[in-house]
Parts: sequence; structure tokens; C-alpha cells
Amino acid sequence: MSSDPDAPYRDAPSVEAHSLAIETRGLTKTFGRQVAVDSVDLAVPRGSVFGFLGPNGSGKTTTIRILLGLASPTRGSVSLLGRPLPAGLAATLPRVGALVEGPAFYPYLSGEANLRRFDAANPVGHPSTRAARVATALERVGLAAAARKRVHAYSLGMKQRLGIASALLVPRELLVLDEPTNGLDPQGTREVRSLVRSLAAEGVTVFVSSHLLAEIEQMCTHAAVMSAGRLVAQAPLDELRAAGSASVTLRTPDPGRAAAVFDDMGLRMLPALDDELTATMPVGLEPEQVVAALVAGGVRVRGFGVTEQSLEDRFVALTGEGFDVAR
Amino acid sequence: MPARPITGALLASELMLQFRRRRTWAMLLALAAVPVLVAIAVRVSSGPPSGRGPAFLDRVATNGLFVAIAGLTLSIPLFLPLTVGVVSGDSIAGEASQGTLRYLLIAPAGRVRVLLVKYAASVAFCLAAVFVSALAGVLIGALLFPIGPVTLLSGTEISPVAALGRLALVAAYVSVSLLGFAAIGLFISTLTDVPVGAMAAAVVLSITAQVLDSLPQLEWLHLWLFTHHWLGFIDLLRQPVSWDSFGDNALVQAGYVVVFGALAYGRFLTRDVLS
Repeated sequence: MSSDPDAPYRDAPSVEAHSLAIETRGLTKTFGRQVAVDSVDLAVPRGSVFGFLGPNGSGKTTTIRILLGLASPTRGSVSLLGRPLPAGLAATLPRVGALVEGPAFYPYLSGEANLRRFDAANPVGHPSTRAARVATALERVGLAAAARKRVHAYSLGMKQRLGIASALLVPRELLVLDEPTNGLDPQGTREVRSLVRSLAAEGVTVFVSSHLLAEIEQMCTHAAVMSAGRLVAQAPLDELRAAGSASVTLRTPDPGRAAAVFDDMGLRMLPALDDELTATMPVGLEPEQVVAALVAGGVRVRGFGVTEQSLEDRFVALTGEGFDVAR
Repeated sequence: MPARPITGALLASELMLQFRRRRTWAMLLALAAVPVLVAIAVRVSSGPPSGRGPAFLDRVATNGLFVAIAGLTLSIPLFLPLTVGVVSGDSIAGEASQGTLRYLLIAPAGRVRVLLVKYAASVAFCLAAVFVSALAGVLIGALLFPIGPVTLLSGTEISPVAALGRLALVAAYVSVSLLGFAAIGLFISTLTDVPVGAMAAAVVLSITAQVLDSLPQLEWLHLWLFTHHWLGFIDLLRQPVSWDSFGDNALVQAGYVVVFGALAYGRFLTRDVLS
């Protein structure tokens, strides 16, 4: 376990590769002519709770399938818990618990029998402790009372919980949870959040995907944002919050000169009106410094406004807005 | 860390899964019903042997032990391939469509192991299907007809106990006959996520092979068809036993198992599991 989960973001990723739970380089997956995942470089530090954000259809689940060896990448490389795939799959997967694209079970078996079956498929799931481990996992997700019911009779939320229980059958170093709160009521959502926190406190790395920003904001230490198959942002959550956290609006009769000053100071210009300029602030720059520079540069300032950008604005800016699925 | 050998645990789990399913029991019951219906029909319309109808049918009335043989003979062209096609065609495709295949693979069961265990379960079903059919035939035959010394095709008479031994040989022959077909079903099952499609394709293939086998113009092809020896167990009912067809059959089936096993391996090991 790395004592400094942020290290890979400060150093070159390859130097600290052993402290990464997941690392991909140039990961690309195409289906025919469609590019589902496009040159993704993920770096998930050990010990982090890593949020994998993106709208539906942005390539999150395809990426997760590749991470778990279900699909093979068209290009690029993956290493999981320090071992390159696909060679390291057999050795790593027992240490990885996962929920991929919703839970799936044998409907005619009970919840308990389903877990026993998946445990029988795991080389480290020892048969002598199976019954006890299955009971503990069911207990942990609050399904002990429904253990002997057929999964057929489970609600979607109960299946989701059973899926999480199946990821917890043996102690794991990494949990990959694809949309774990799908179909859960608010109570269940809170329970999943606290479960993730308690697992993280035990030192488990949690890689959790979601299309809901609020969910990621509440439980993650790091986040990456996917949009149309590309990774458009990846950082500790605090840094993501800070980056581009404000934009300024300037009313002036001298837009040309103002633009030059903005440019010098590293502000990014957005499409402007005649006498109104909008630009996003770089990290570490204070609005008063901008005003001082404008005045010093001979720009006549008629109005100056600062808009703080929420993480949600940032997310929307990165992924686009609206109901349209990316592709 | 070195993985404990878990093939046994997974196989046990697979067999439990298969033989706990209502579908499996329904199919076994249907197979058991064939000799029962035959026996009842013959008993109800009992008359002198007419010499017409499927082989052995007219001997049933004189000796109950023939019920099992007649039942198997009736089941071979359709009911046995139908049920084996359902089980083997569903093996991978069923797990894929259900989504449980991805959870088996990330457990991680290992793709080769999944394939082997699925084939083993299909083979277990073949054995169970033939055994249940033969057993039902013996029981209903003993119930409705006299059991006595059996006259073999070569004219020799053997004791009922020796006849049961011959019946076991026939059951083994029929089970072996189905191994190649089960491998074909497994391969088709790796091609799709739609289990019904895989089952139907497997069954259609078994019927097509039998049709081709009946066209004299295609005689050159017959020896290569996996259905060609399906009814060849008659040689086991001669005195002395003629093993030629048993050997030929086993060889053809082994060929199909090797070829379609290799195809299934090649397909399943490289395929993306996206369901």
C-alpha cells in the first residue's frame, strides 16, 4: 500500500508504477469502425477511492471489461496491481473483486447458492471456509435474511447488493465497481457509500464508475472523466475542484488590449460578445491580480465579474450537456 | 500465488447446477416417457408380431427386455439429439446471455477450465439421458411383459442377466455416439450470446446430418457424418459381439471431439465477453 496516494500525479507515472493499482497506456478499443475507448492513460493510485465519471456511452464499461480481461484491447497496455495483462490475469484476478455492468446471477438458485458457485470458481476461495465467507459477505450487504430466497424473487436493489457481496467473498486489494448504486433507493445508496468508505479505510483500492457526479463527489479521493471514449481529466478530486474553478467576465471598450492581457496571464478566452469578454481563470491566479494587470495595461474596465465554477459545471464543460448519448 | 487446482470444485458446482435445474429433469422425464409410451402402446394393441414398425418393436410383446432397446432406437434420431443439443448449445451461450459468464471469468475460473467443465457437464447429461431412457425401458418392460431368455439377432439365446449386460453395452454405445455432437453444440455455443439460437442450430445440424446420411448419392460422405453410426449398436446384439461398429463409431466421435473442441478453444479463448 502506498503511503502517498498522490505520488503518481507529481512524478512521472512510470517511476511509481508499482504503487498504481491500475495503469493503462494508450488503451484503445475499436468495434469495427467505432472507437469505444481512445488512447486512455489511466493511473489509479493504490489506496485511493477513484471515481470514473462519464455519461452513458462514454466508454467506461468497455474500459472496465478490458481491465478485467473480459475483452482485449485493440492497442495499448494495461497493468493491474503491478502486473501486465493479459499474462498476469490469473494471478491478479483473485485479488480483484468486481461488479461489471450490473449484477448477473442464476435466477433459479438462492442468493447463497449463487455466491457459493462464484466462490467455487475462484482459486483462492477455499471450500472449508466457503460457508462462513458467504454468510459474512451476505451480512455485510444486509442480505442475510434473504440468503435462501431464489434470486428470481430479488428486487434490482437486492441483486445489486448481492453483486457487491460476491465481490467481497475473499479479501481483495482492488474493487472495481461499475455503477454500484444503480437501482438502489437512497437508503441503499448511502449504505454503498459507507461500505466503500469502510473498505477504503481497510486499505482496499476502490475503482468506482458512475454517471452521477454527486455520487463520486461524496466518496472519492480521485476522479477521472471520460467523454466519447477519451479521458478528458484525471486528478485528485481537490485538484479537479480547483482547476478552472472560476471564470471572469469583463466589460470594456478595449477588447483587443484586454485579450492580450488575458493571454499574457494564462486566462483561457471563451467566445465573446462585442464589449464583453469571458475567460476561465488558471489555478493560483486571484481576480484582483487580473484587474490590476488590466488597469496597468491601459484597459478601461467598465465592469468585472467573477463566477465560481462548481465541479458540476466543470463536469458538464468536459462531457457536454443534454440527453444526447455521446455516440 | 499458485492457484489450487479448482477444476473439481467447479465441475461439482456445474453438475449440481445442471441436475438441480427443472429443465434437466423435464428432459430426462420426457426421455423416460418414450419407452413407457412404447410399452403401453404395444400392451394395449397386443397382437401377433406384424413385422412392421421400427426395429425391435414387434419383439417387445414377447420379451420385456426389448422395450429398452426399442425406446432407445426411437429416441436416437430426434429426442436424444434434441435434449443434448439443448444442454450443449446452452452451455456457454446461456451463461453469456445471463451475464454470469463474465462473473465466472473474473472469479477467475479461467477460460479453458470453463470450457472443459461445460463439456464435461454435457457428457454427464448424455450419460444420464441414455441411462434414464434404458432404465425406464427395463422397468416398464418388466412390469408389462414377460422377461425371459433373449434371442439375439444371430439366433443365439442368452439369459436375461446376460441380456442386461448387452443392454449396458448398447447404452454405452449410444452415449459415445453423442459425444461428437455434444462437442459441436459446445462450439456453436461459443459463437453466440443467444442460447436458443445455439440450441436450434445444433439440433438442425443433427437432423441435416441424418438426412444427408439417408441420401445414397452422397455415400462418399456418410462415413464422415457424426450420425452415421448412431444406429450401429445392433452389432452388439450378435453372438459373438461384433466390436467393429463400436470402434468405428468411437473413432468418428473422437475426431469430432478433437476438431470441434479445438474450434471451441480457439474461439472462446480469444473472444471478447461483452454480454
